[in-house]
Amino acid sequence: MPGNTTNAIDVRNAVKRYGDFTALKRISLTIEDNEFFTLLGPSGCGKTTLLRMIAGFEDVTEGEILLFGEAIAKLPPHQRPVNTVFQNYALFPHMTILENVAFGLEMRGKSKAEARTRAGEMLELVQLTQFAARKPSQLSGGQQQRVALARALAPQPKVLLLDEPLSALDLKLRKQMQLELKHLQRETGITFIFVTHDQEEALTMSDRIAVMSAGEMQQLGTPTEIYEQPRNMFVADFIGETNLLEVSVDQVMNGRATCHLGGGQALTCNSVEGIGTGAKVHMSVRPERLFMSDVPVEAESLKGRVAENIFVGTDISTLVDLAEGPQFIVRTSNSDRGNKRIFEPGSEIFVNMELGAGRLLMD
Amino acid sequence: MAHVNNDIKTYKGFRAITLLCLVVLYAPLVIVTIYSFNASQSITNWEGVSFRWYADVFTGPESAKFKTAAFNSFTIAIIAATASTAIATLAATAMVRGGNFKLRTVSFGLISLPLMVPEIVTAVATLIFFNAIGFTRGYLTILVAHIAFCIPFAYLPISARMQGIEDSFEQAAMDLYATRRQAFTRILMPLMAPGIISGFLLAFIVSLDDFIITNFVKGAGVETLPTAIFGSVKQGIKPNIMAISTMLLSVSVVMVTISYFVSKSDNTK
Repeated sequence: MPGNTTNAIDVRNAVKRYGDFTALKRISLTIEDNEFFTLLGPSGCGKTTLLRMIAGFEDVTEGEILLFGEAIAKLPPHQRPVNTVFQNYALFPHMTILENVAFGLEMRGKSKAEARTRAGEMLELVQLTQFAARKPSQLSGGQQQRVALARALAPQPKVLLLDEPLSALDLKLRKQMQLELKHLQRETGITFIFVTHDQEEALTMSDRIAVMSAGEMQQLGTPTEIYEQPRNMFVADFIGETNLLEVSVDQVMNGRATCHLGGGQALTCNSVEGIGTGAKVHMSVRPERLFMSDVPVEAESLKGRVAENIFVGTDISTLVDLAEGPQFIVRTSNSDRGNKRIFEPGSEIFVNMELGAGRLLMD
Repeated sequence: MAHVNNDIKTYKGFRAITLLCLVVLYAPLVIVTIYSFNASQSITNWEGVSFRWYADVFTGPESAKFKTAAFNSFTIAIIAATASTAIATLAATAMVRGGNFKLRTVSFGLISLPLMVPEIVTAVATLIFFNAIGFTRGYLTILVAHIAFCIPFAYLPISARMQGIEDSFEQAAMDLYATRRQAFTRILMPLMAPGIISGFLLAFIVSLDDFIITNFVKGAGVETLPTAIFGSVKQGIKPNIMAISTMLLSVSVVMVTISYFVSKSDNTK
């Protein structure tokens, strides 16, 4: 099958083994041109391995990787038109900032003068022109990060790889850099592949996210899809906060399922493909799609007792011990306090699901 | 638990033992240095400050012998240090960057073993080796032997330096279109420079000062400074020996000092 040249990256059945250990179990995915694509997962899930395979620092045990239709799995790193922003930046300590940014251009055969001019433009783009003559050690972490970005973007790679580049920055700077990265990606039109374990970061920046765990891809989709329609337990649990209930499925029709709890209470919720009548599965419901009342108001009302209210700035999280089931978290936005009630700890209440809030999950 | 003072300064006799060690180590050097400026013919009677024995080294009856020996010593030291540093740099690159290859521990042992083996053993072994292959003894045999035994001295500071350099710098270089060779010359070599200079200076000093191995493998009539000095001393110690020893000592002190400061300078941060 000829490669589809509109895709920036085609990973086909890629496997990575280290001796007996399989780091990547047959991954296939397509990354479109111009996309901000994120590989998200806990440490050890294989996301960095996959990134390093695209960069050329790890061999591909089996399978193929195509870059705009061209097979690159056998090429050494310096022959791949992709550049990497390393986690620790890896700025050359013996070179000035300008020399660092010009390095890739010089290696690509540009004259020294030409490389420096272009490097100067890149420094302007990341607003570091006044630091051109300094050494990396004289810059702050955030500034080093921007130099690393400028250095990787300067040779105009076809794809930019970012290996957890924000993890060393403090929260405020990280938020600012998230937006800057997003803008930079739109301005340059270069495909970004971003690796992170921070789900919030992934949701904020990405066009699409691949959620990975234990060397396998769990779900691929837009941030909204991943958050609102998680495919399985791992994704629902890893992305954001969620409440889980064990249910038995009675009937599935048109994507809706009727099920019951252990004690017999009936519930209806959204189903996913692959779940049939009689299955014992988990239902997930996000804390912000729940509200409390002193009398049941919907069919999906669960009896419980308030254990604790936790103030978290914009919201209040209420922990509710369900009469039949585990502890639930109910999140009430402070701006919504007119419509939704908060109860004192110890109150006997009902937790109600908004229509369509519940969702069945594959294990 | 009560605080236990483990400070070594509180141990009984610490001061006395320290002073004794310092005196034993340095008193001979100090005395040789002082007496090299003695105006007297005798090596024990002090007759005032003079540079006559320094002049004697360069113009006296033995000056021709010392000049040839000095020329041999310095050319051998420079060539041996250069060659052993080059070999040690390549060895360190393979050892530190070569991944976990099978014989890595064995290789490291082989490289550093000569440091532990008594020098006389190396000397005899080298001599037997040269005889076995029919290598006529002379300037070249000294040079080859010096290159060989200088390698571990050059290797240690170079590999220590290299271990402190993360491999992400070379990866970043290759990611930015540098070939493996360019990554080595443009990134790794400059970062390793302090270790390499330090290794070179150590090898230079070790070669310059070597007596035992040189004495075994040198041919008749070919002398280095240490063997020439030894030859003179056998005919009785004259103050010119003290002058020449003091000059050698200052070369060593300067080299070791430079080596120390270079190895401490850090361009990776």
